[in-house]
Amino acid sequence: MEFFERFAVPHPSPLIYASMVAIGLVIIAIIAGVSYFKKWGYLWNEWLTTTDHKRIGIMYIISALLMLFRGGADAVMMRLQTSVPDNTFLDAQHYNEVFTTHGVVMIFFMAMAFVIGLMNFVVPLQIGARDVAFPRLNAISFWLYFAGAMLFNISFVIGGSPDAGWTNYYPLASNDFSTSVGVNYYNWALQISGIGTLMTGINFIATIIKMRAPGMTLMKMPMFTWSALITNAIIVFAFPVLTIAIIMGTLDRQFGTHFFASTNGGMDMMWANLFWVWGHPEVYILILPAFGIYSEIIATFSQRNLYGYKSMVGSMVIISLLSFLVWVHHFFTMGQDALTNSIFSITTMAIAVPTGIKIFNWLLTMWKGKIHFTVPMLYSVAFIPLFTIGGVTGVMLGVASADYQYHNTMFLVAHFHNTIIPGVVFAMLAGLTYWWPKMFGFMLNEKIGKWAFWFLTIGFCFSFFPMYITGLDGQARRMFTYSEATGFGPLNMLSFFGAGLMAIGFVIIVYNIYYSFRYSPRNVGDDPWNARSLEWATHNPVPEYNFAVLPQVESSEAFWDYKKKGHKLFPDSIKKIHMPNNSGLPIIMSGLFFIFGFSFVFYIWAGVIISAIGIFACMAYRSFEKDDGRYISAEEIKETEDKFGGAGQ
Amino acid sequence: MKIDHTQPLEYSTEQNQLNILGFWIFLGAEIMLFATLFASYFIYENRVGNGPSGGEIFEITPVLIETFVLLTSSFTIGLAINAMRLKRTKAMLVFLGITLLLGLGFLSVEIYEFMHYYHVGATLQTSAFTAILLTTLGTHGAHVTLGLFWGLFIMIQIKRRGLTPATANKSFIFSLYWHFLDVVWIFIFSFIYLKGMM
Ligand code: HEM
Ligand SMILES: [Cu+2]
Repeated sequence: MEFFERFAVPHPSPLIYASMVAIGLVIIAIIAGVSYFKKWGYLWNEWLTTTDHKRIGIMYIISALLMLFRGGADAVMMRLQTSVPDNTFLDAQHYNEVFTTHGVVMIFFMAMAFVIGLMNFVVPLQIGARDVAFPRLNAISFWLYFAGAMLFNISFVIGGSPDAGWTNYYPLASNDFSTSVGVNYYNWALQISGIGTLMTGINFIATIIKMRAPGMTLMKMPMFTWSALITNAIIVFAFPVLTIAIIMGTLDRQFGTHFFASTNGGMDMMWANLFWVWGHPEVYILILPAFGIYSEIIATFSQRNLYGYKSMVGSMVIISLLSFLVWVHHFFTMGQDALTNSIFSITTMAIAVPTGIKIFNWLLTMWKGKIHFTVPMLYSVAFIPLFTIGGVTGVMLGVASADYQYHNTMFLVAHFHNTIIPGVVFAMLAGLTYWWPKMFGFMLNEKIGKWAFWFLTIGFCFSFFPMYITGLDGQARRMFTYSEATGFGPLNMLSFFGAGLMAIGFVIIVYNIYYSFRYSPRNVGDDPWNARSLEWATHNPVPEYNFAVLPQVESSEAFWDYKKKGHKLFPDSIKKIHMPNNSGLPIIMSGLFFIFGFSFVFYIWAGVIISAIGIFACMAYRSFEKDDGRYISAEEIKETEDKFGGAGQ
Repeated sequence: MKIDHTQPLEYSTEQNQLNILGFWIFLGAEIMLFATLFASYFIYENRVGNGPSGGEIFEITPVLIETFVLLTSSFTIGLAINAMRLKRTKAMLVFLGITLLLGLGFLSVEIYEFMHYYHVGATLQTSAFTAILLTTLGTHGAHVTLGLFWGLFIMIQIKRRGLTPATANKSFIFSLYWHFLDVVWIFIFSFIYLKGMM
């Protein structure tokens, strides 16, 4: 019995019991459903063991959408709790847990996964490649992310959620102040999925550097691919810092070291520094791919070449360098001297310059263009003014002396949501809508999509603009309630209303997926948007080998120039194609990592040792394995191509 | 698999070239990993709490042995790769074997060193300084340990399958890894031990 007591949630509530039941039911329903339709074989062979970048991308995106709902539920609960003064829907401890899991789930398991998912699907197609450099590693990346995400999510019902914020500052996150196993979950879930992300970074840099179609020089790459290259470089340089920080945190909590303690030489600010040395680059890991997506969409729907290609690339490079030099702006108030603060204040504000260049480039791309207001374009057009507001308030926060006024207030919360929602989330939704026909062969319904867009945009304004005001008035962030006398009530109610509109917007998106799946026409052609880059030069949906013949590229808008100027895109004839084999190893390893993390969270050493041995055994197996992939014969390719109506155009 | 005979064996297929590039990028990440550890080390270096400082616990003899052994192993793995280029499989295996034995020697001395720290009361829990010292050394040591197994597996594969583009590629990548660990050790030697004993 004693063994099982540790798994109890220390601070239960009816909500948690209800979730336990719901999780149990969903798992049973999934197992029963798959068994009933006899889909286990299909699921295993086509998806769970796949090494196809397109399917891995889709699995990332599905997971990201699930996490969006988990994080969204947290968000609605928080806004509900603060909608009126002195509310008692959540108590302080639950509120702490909810904002912590909200932040972690949204950043790591929603936004990161969405970005990486779209990169997976799109980048190899855009560069005219047949897969990524290391398809097997790619599957491992996804499954490690998935293991981490699941590990994090069960904390809610087994042992208790972390409660020290997504920034997890010490000493708050130490055993003294976070007494449940929650922060252990934080450590292990992020460590496991972080390794996956690092592997993605390596994989995509190698892919983009080495596997571009003939003729595609670096300066002829589509902008999204450029953003992916730079993003992955940031990943490779930033994530190891997080790895070390989390190891130190784990040692502190589980092995009694004093890295972040205030005794025996420890220093709590060390965590804050390491966290943000990773953390600020992290926000650019999220926003740069979003910039890339907007660049693609704005050029496509303005029917013009992207304005200022070189300055777009240059500004992203500068942003990526600066992103490593600004981390102190997250704690101006925590005791550095004035000179340090001034330096970081200046570097912070400097980032606004390259960002501004990009904004003007997008505007100039649209200038005199024939703009089509499709759903992806609507998101992009709304992004420009809304993100600019987020950037301007960011510069305000970057003024060190003024930051003393609004640091850790709702003003900050409004700022980063103002960058993340119109910046990242809108880009993901726009990108999903844009590339949806490539993924599934039909379009999402435009009319329903527009409804969702308006609900999300208007909802966004209602929910976050009031926070700027209450923040300047002194409403602190991460407070579970406030008194009537503060006068924050009405604006918080407005914010709750906005959150409700956004929730409706997301529901409409789900409905749109369902509706379009049933009713959308399936004969949309290979290029439904009249687009510009290579992914549109192959079929809809894309065959597993991507391109029957490798394209020959001559400009940064290869497909557009092919359509307008008519140069030959596929000069070669069909030959056999080498493809990677499927493998069950990644998912098995990820299962072992899950057990490893879970056991470590609860100090179950037997589980730790056994799963560690299992993981090493998998690696040894992989070392000895002979897997040279397989070939698809030219005849087979011709057959497939004929079904699609002709090889290459 | 198209094999390009104008290239050395380890570069001879497209996948091989990708693997090597990928590994260089991975080493970039490893540099960041150790850079973070070193930066933390410098910050905690003098934060010894009630525990000992580096100067009080470092012993020059084991450290010199470790340095000597590991540097030699870097040389022998270079010889192994040279033998590989000359297609002398036997010599290559011998040099790889020596490399791994030297690695094992390094590890044994390092374990001895850790026991010494334990006996003089410098454990993970003693102070922030001892914790970062042992974490940094431990991370390097863990890399060496992993390398021993990895190297062993590669030797077995060469023995069984001979020098193929795949085994040559693995050996070359392993040598990059091993040299990298050596470079890290030189930093550890200079900035942790020498600096601490000055
Ligand atoms: C012009 C661009 C930007 C500037 C000048 C800027 C500046 C800042 C500053 C100074 C803070 C800390 C404020 C405080 O703690 O008092 C902050 C916080 C934050 N920013 Fe930005 N930012 C910019 C863009 C972005 C972007 C593009 C993202 C994400 C995609 C982002 C996400 C965040 C997040 C998540 C936080 C909150 C961290 C926390 O929980 O403490 N920012 N920003
Ligand atoms: Cu920042």
